[in-house]
Amino acid sequence: MNAWRFFLEHRAEILGATANHLTLVVIAMAFAIAIAVPLGMLIVHRKTLRNIALGMASVFQTIPSLALFGFLIPIPFIGGIGRRTAIVALVLYALLPILRNTYVGLTGVDPAVLEAAEGMGMTQSQILWRVRLPLARAVILAGIRTATIITIGVATIAAAIGAGGLGTFIFRGVAMVSDAVILAGAIPAALLAIAADLLLGWLERRLKIA
Amino acid sequence: MNPKTVPEKADRTIQFKNVTYSINGTEHHNIVNEIGFSVASGETLLLLGRSGSGKTTLLKLMNRLLVPTTGQVLVHGRPTTEWDPIRLRRGIGYVIQDAGLFPHFTVAQNVALVPSLEKWDSARTNARVHELLTLVGLDPAEFVSRRPHELSGGQRQRVGVARALAADPAILLMDEPFGALDPVTRAELQREFSALARRLGKTIVFVTHDLREALLLASRIILLEGGRIVAAATPQEFLRIDHPEVRAFAASLAPLGGAPA
Repeated sequence: MNAWRFFLEHRAEILGATANHLTLVVIAMAFAIAIAVPLGMLIVHRKTLRNIALGMASVFQTIPSLALFGFLIPIPFIGGIGRRTAIVALVLYALLPILRNTYVGLTGVDPAVLEAAEGMGMTQSQILWRVRLPLARAVILAGIRTATIITIGVATIAAAIGAGGLGTFIFRGVAMVSDAVILAGAIPAALLAIAADLLLGWLERRLKIA
Repeated sequence: MNPKTVPEKADRTIQFKNVTYSINGTEHHNIVNEIGFSVASGETLLLLGRSGSGKTTLLKLMNRLLVPTTGQVLVHGRPTTEWDPIRLRRGIGYVIQDAGLFPHFTVAQNVALVPSLEKWDSARTNARVHELLTLVGLDPAEFVSRRPHELSGGQRQRVGVARALAADPAILLMDEPFGALDPVTRAELQREFSALARRLGKTIVFVTHDLREALLLASRIILLEGGRIVAAATPQEFLRIDHPEVRAFAASLAPLGGAPA
């Protein structure tokens, strides 16, 4: 089948799947940021928690994404078939890049700046909020950017557990051995990833302090 | 150290009582060893020594960035360990070699750091920022809204000094503040700071490895070697002290191959 014709005939369905895909990504990223950034702030001065948090986030990242979706299905409350399970898996997958960049950004501040801050009588929490966090913004955003691009890709697998999104076309295309149907899922997913990369990259450059 | 070098009558703003500081608390890692001296109110004390002689450690013991392993450091008569570290530090200006200005703050915000922590109102803070920038030779109109990366090394250090003076602390600690500057700018800032220090009447402890700087700025010089005080004297007397480390520093003043100046 001609890919272009398939696109035109199914444009409403493709647009719907794209919107659904984007919703999955946005919700998952919102949760991942809400967990990973505060956690990254918390582990700056806590070594044991740091090792546990970074270790666990790394483990989630090493589980093959399809397996991670599968593992979650039998777990009560967060598991099952559908969107909720997919979002949980995407969140777990997105944690590491954000957590690691938050930690690296917060601890990578010029030691002279930190020494001056402490020597001038700032408390540790003032140093964290007023010095470390603003100076780490660009690095944290770089982690969010990486995580977003990964999530847009991994979210195509969410279709395997019935969460919808652009993966629906990819799985259907694989079953039908139709390039046109696979491309109907893959091209919008790739475009989403490129758009997110450009947008967040632009934001990152704006936040960077010379 | 000879107790006669301690000024007996002057009040002691800072006092070291038999202070040892060691990493991990083990004797083999002593950074400074059984140090005793006092800093009188209003004097400019220069801590002179080579790299690793322990001079920066002494400075950090004064504002409790470090705590003595044994002995006591008294500031305004109270051991630093009994001070609330935040209160102690807000009453002590601190200037370091790389200035340590906040790159995300403007010059005005940097200078206003302690006033903002102390929640001064904005009229008072602004007036103080203008006063201080003028004091350190920077035109407020031109500099308030600049960022540190738009300043030269010398200008950054001027802002660093202004920031340290913001809340009018009685004590000023300076850790090789002019060490990273080019020789011409360094000489300029040394001359200006010397005049400024005399006018302000603050208690200043200044760390350097440069004897020329010590002789120019000090009302008294303490020479450190290997974490111990080996000499203490006024600039006038310093070069007459008969000690190998004093002679080594004196030789650093001499032009290449010549006799000490």
